Amino acid sequence: MATVTVSLPLPSLPEGWLAEKDFKPIGKITKDGAIARTIEPIGPHFLAHARRARHKRTFSEDDRIQAQERAKNVEENDDGDISETEDPMMLQREAKDWKTQDHYKVLGLSKYRWKATEEQIKRAHRKKVLKHHPDKKAAAGRTEDDQFFKCIQKATEVLLDPVKRRQFDSVDEEADVEPPTKKQLQKGNFYKLWGSVFKSEGRFSKNHPVPTFGDDKSTKEDVENFYNFWYNFDSWRTFEYLDEDVPDDNENRDQKRHVERKNANARKKKKAEDNARLRKMLDDCSAGDERIKRFRQEANAAKNKKKLEREAAEKKAAEDAKAKKEAEEKAAKEAEEKAKLDREAGKKAKEAAKNAVKKNKRVLRGSVKDANYFVSGDASPATIDAVLGDVELIQAKIDPDEIAALAGKLNGLKVADEIKTVWTEEAQRLVGAGKVKEAELKAFKA
Amino acid sequence: MSAPKPAPGDRTVIGITFGNSNSSIACTNDDKAEVIANEDGDRQIPTILSYVDGEEYYGQQAKNFLVRNPKNTVAYFRDFLGKDFKSIDPTHNHASAHPEDANDTVAFTLKDKAGEDDAPSTLSVAEISTRYLRRLVTSASEYLGKKVTSAVITVPTNFTDKQKAALIAAAADANLEVLQLVSEPVAAVLAYDARPEAEIKDKIVVVADLGGTRSDVAVVASRGGMYTILATAHDYEFAGAALDKILVDHFAKEFMKRNAGVDPRENARSLAKLKLESESAKKALSIGANASFSVESMAEGIDFASTINRLRYETIGRTVFEGFTRLVESVIKKAGLDVLDVDEVILSGGTSHTPRIAANLKAIFPGSTTILAPSTSATAINPSELQARGAALQASLIQEYESEDIDQSTHAAVTTVPHITNAIGAVSVSESGEEVFVPIVPPETAVPARRTVIVPAPKNGGDVLVKIVEGNTHIKVTKPEPKANGDSKAAKVEDAGDSDSDFSDDEEEEEEKREKVWKIGATLAEAGIRGVKAGSKVEVSINVNADLSVTVTTREVGAKGGVRGTLSA
Repeated sequence: MATVTVSLPLPSLPEGWLAEKDFKPIGKITKDGAIARTIEPIGPHFLAHARRARHKRTFSEDDRIQAQERAKNVEENDDGDISETEDPMMLQREAKDWKTQDHYKVLGLSKYRWKATEEQIKRAHRKKVLKHHPDKKAAAGRTEDDQFFKCIQKATEVLLDPVKRRQFDSVDEEADVEPPTKKQLQKGNFYKLWGSVFKSEGRFSKNHPVPTFGDDKSTKEDVENFYNFWYNFDSWRTFEYLDEDVPDDNENRDQKRHVERKNANARKKKKAEDNARLRKMLDDCSAGDERIKRFRQEANAAKNKKKLEREAAEKKAAEDAKAKKEAEEKAAKEAEEKAKLDREAGKKAKEAAKNAVKKNKRVLRGSVKDANYFVSGDASPATIDAVLGDVELIQAKIDPDEIAALAGKLNGLKVADEIKTVWTEEAQRLVGAGKVKEAELKAFKA
Repeated sequence: MSAPKPAPGDRTVIGITFGNSNSSIACTNDDKAEVIANEDGDRQIPTILSYVDGEEYYGQQAKNFLVRNPKNTVAYFRDFLGKDFKSIDPTHNHASAHPEDANDTVAFTLKDKAGEDDAPSTLSVAEISTRYLRRLVTSASEYLGKKVTSAVITVPTNFTDKQKAALIAAAADANLEVLQLVSEPVAAVLAYDARPEAEIKDKIVVVADLGGTRSDVAVVASRGGMYTILATAHDYEFAGAALDKILVDHFAKEFMKRNAGVDPRENARSLAKLKLESESAKKALSIGANASFSVESMAEGIDFASTINRLRYETIGRTVFEGFTRLVESVIKKAGLDVLDVDEVILSGGTSHTPRIAANLKAIFPGSTTILAPSTSATAINPSELQARGAALQASLIQEYESEDIDQSTHAAVTTVPHITNAIGAVSVSESGEEVFVPIVPPETAVPARRTVIVPAPKNGGDVLVKIVEGNTHIKVTKPEPKANGDSKAAKVEDAGDSDSDFSDDEEEEEEKREKVWKIGATLAEAGIRGVKAGSKVEVSINVNADLSVTVTTREVGAKGGVRGTLSA
C-alpha cells in the first residue's frame, strides 16, 4: 500500500501534555463496529493475505520472508549454471568435424547433458553467441575466425531439434555410466553404484516413470517391478548418428543405395548389441543383488514353515481321530456289556418271578385243597371241579404281585372258613373291578 | 469422470467467462491478460450450440443457425446449470430449443446425429455445458499451441453452491480442471487493478455488469487490493435483450408502415432474422451515430432496409436506460452508502458499450467518481473482456499452487474476517483552526490491515500531538439560500458543488449542495512527538490486528525512534 501524504498539518502539543513514553492509550475500537464479511479470494493482495493468515505471519514478517524469497529467485536466475570453463582444444575445433564434437560441452552444458531443458539450451546458446560472435572477433582484429561459432550453431541446431537430439543422445557416451567392476563392488555401495547406472540407462526408456533401483530396504514387489521393467525394456536408442555419410550425388545411385543398406544393417547390428549389453548388465546386476537372494531365502523359509505347519496339523488331526475312535469303541463296548448284564438280570428276575408265581399258585391251589374244597367229608368231583375252576379263573385274572399278596394272606391259614372268606373277598374285589363276572364264579359267590 | 488434477508445473491455464449469452476465453502473456479470439475471430463467443446433420457448431456460427435451425440450436443455457426445472426462466429460449423437465433437471432434445432414422437425443444441460466448454478449451488450446488443462471460471455472485458444483462437474467432464471460481464483478475489478499503471488505493467500486439476459450490479470495497462485496443486485428485466426487443419492435413497425398487414414478428423465422439484425444494429449504435438495418426476405419474400440514428434509439430505449440507472442507485442504497462514497464505477458486460448508459451514470455520480466505460474514459478496457481478463490473471497467479493450497486459501476460515465499520484516522488542523479528520484506515477495511500516512508538522516545528480517533461520514445537505442573502455560502456552493449540480431531483426546485463530511468520533489514543524540526513531516502508521487490537507508530520522517503504542482489543 502506497503511503498517502496529507496536506493539513498536525496540531502542536498542548502545554503540560505528559504521558509515559509519550503515548497515551485512551479508547478502543468500538467492538460492535466490526462486521465479519467475506473477502473475495482473488488477486495478488488476497493471496498475500491468505499466506499471512495461513502461516500466521504479521505484515512485517511476511514482507521479510517474501523479500528473502525474491532474493533467492534472483540468484537462481543467474546463469552461473551454464558457465563452464572452455577447453582451449575445443575452441580450435573445425566446424566440419561436427559429427565428433560434444554438443553439450560446446554449449557449456556438460554437467546437464540429456537432462538439459530446452530453455537451458537456448540460454546457453545465447550466452555463447554473445561471446564468440565472429563480429566481435573481427573487432579484436581476428578476421575469418568463425570456426567455433559455427560449432556453436551446429550444436544448437542438433540439440534444439528433438529428433536430432535423440540421435545424438543415443550415442552420447559421456552420459553413460559404466557398470561397476567387482573390485568397486567389494567396497560396498552396491545400490548406489548400480542405481546410477540404471538411472543413466533409463534415459532411453520409452515408458515413464522408470522404476528406481531402490536400496536395501526396497520391498520385494519393488525389486520385482524393477527387474521386470528392465528385462522388458523398451528403448528409443537409435544409432543413426553413427551412419556413414550417404553420397549426395544423383549420378551414382547404386553406390548410394549400397551405403544406405550398409547403414541400416549397421544400425540393426548396433541395436542388437546394445540390447545384448543391457541384458548382460542386468544379469550381472541381478546375480550380485543381495535382495533377490534374501527374498528367495525368505520365500523358502516361508514355504518350509508352511510345510512344517501342515505336517504338524496333519499329525494332530490323525491323533485326534484315533483318540476319538478309541473313545467311541470303549463306549460301545461298555454299552454292550451293560446291556448283556441287564439282559441276564432280567432273565433271572423273570425266572424268579415265574417260580414265585408257580409257587404262589401252588399255595392257592393247596389252600383250597387244605380246606377240603370247603366241604366236610369227601368232596364230590363236581365241587372240586367248581372250586378249582374258580381258583384257576381268579389266578388268570390277577397279576403275579396280587397272586403273591393273595398267597401271603392264605399262607398259614388252616381254617376252611377263613380260607373261603379270603377267596370270596378276592373274588368280590375282582367282580367289583369288573375283571370277573359274577356268573362265571361257581364256588366263591358272595 | 473425476476431475483431472495436473501437477502445478504441467498446467496450462486460461480464464473463462462462461456467460448466459456470450463467453470469453483469456490467457496471460508476460503478466498481461489477453482475450483469445476463437477460430472465427470472435472474442465474444455466443454461448450457443447448434447441430446440423450431426455436425456440431458453436459460437457465432451456431447463432446464425437460430434462423434456419432453431429446433436443434440451444442457447441461453448457462443459468439452467445446477437448477431444477421448476425454478428456471425459459423466456429467452423461445426462439431456440426448449428446455424440458428430465427428472427435475433441465434437458434439451436435439437431433445431434447425422442419420435420418436416429432419434433425437435428450441432453442434460450439464452435457450441453460440457460440450460447449470443450469447444472453448479446444479454441484456447489451438491458440496457445498447448493443451489447456486448467481454468479459472467466473460466475455471478448469486450462483448457488449447487450451481457451482454442477459447473465444476461439467468442466471436469470436458477434461478441464477448475482451479477456482471467482465472482464476476470482482474479476472485473481485478482486470482494472492489474494494469501496470494502476495504483492500489482504498476505494469503493460499483461494478455494473450489464449482460444480454441479466444485469448484475455489485458494490465492492477495494481495500489495499483486497475486495469485499458489500451489496449486490440482480435484474432480469433491464438487460441487452430488452434493448434488442425495442429495436425489433421499432423495425417491425417500420416494416409494417411500408407493407401493411405483414407483421414480421408473427413468423418465427422472420422474427429470428429481425432479432439478429437488431442486435447488430444495437452494437453499431454503440460505436457510431447511425446504424443501417437490412434484411433480405424479411417476411413473405419482401426485402427490408432502414437506418436508425443514436438519438432515436436513445429516445425509444429511455425506459430501459433509466432502469439501469435505478438499478445502480438501488444497490448503492442497499450497501448503506451514498453516491458520494463511490470512487469508481466499472461498466462491464456487452451492453455497457452503450454510451447513453455511461452518460446517465455520470449524471448521478459526483464529478470525483470515475466512470470506467469506453465512451467516458479513453483508457477503459473493453467491458466485454473485463471478466475473462480478471479470470486469466487470477489463473496465472494461482497456477503454481497445489489444488489443496488453493482450497485452503479460499477456505472460509481465511476469507471471512472482521471488517471495521468506523474509519480510524488522525486529527489535523485546518487553516481556520478547526479540527479535521484525516482518514488513515477507511471503513469496511478487512483486518488485519496496515496503513501509513504522512502528515506535515506545524510550520514552526516543536512538539506535535498525534491524536488517533475513530471517524465516520455523513452527508451534509446544504440548501442554498436566496442569492442576495450571503455571498460566502454561494461561493462555497460554487467551488465544491459543481460536481453535484446534475444531481438534484428532489422536491425543491432549488439546487441543494450535498457533500461528504467526516465526523470525529471517539478518541483512541494520543501520542506526542517532541522536538520536530520546522517544516518537517510526521509519519503515522496504524496496524489493526486480527483481534482488533491497534498498534500505532508515529515518528518524524527521517528521524530514528518514534513513539509506538498498542491498544488492546
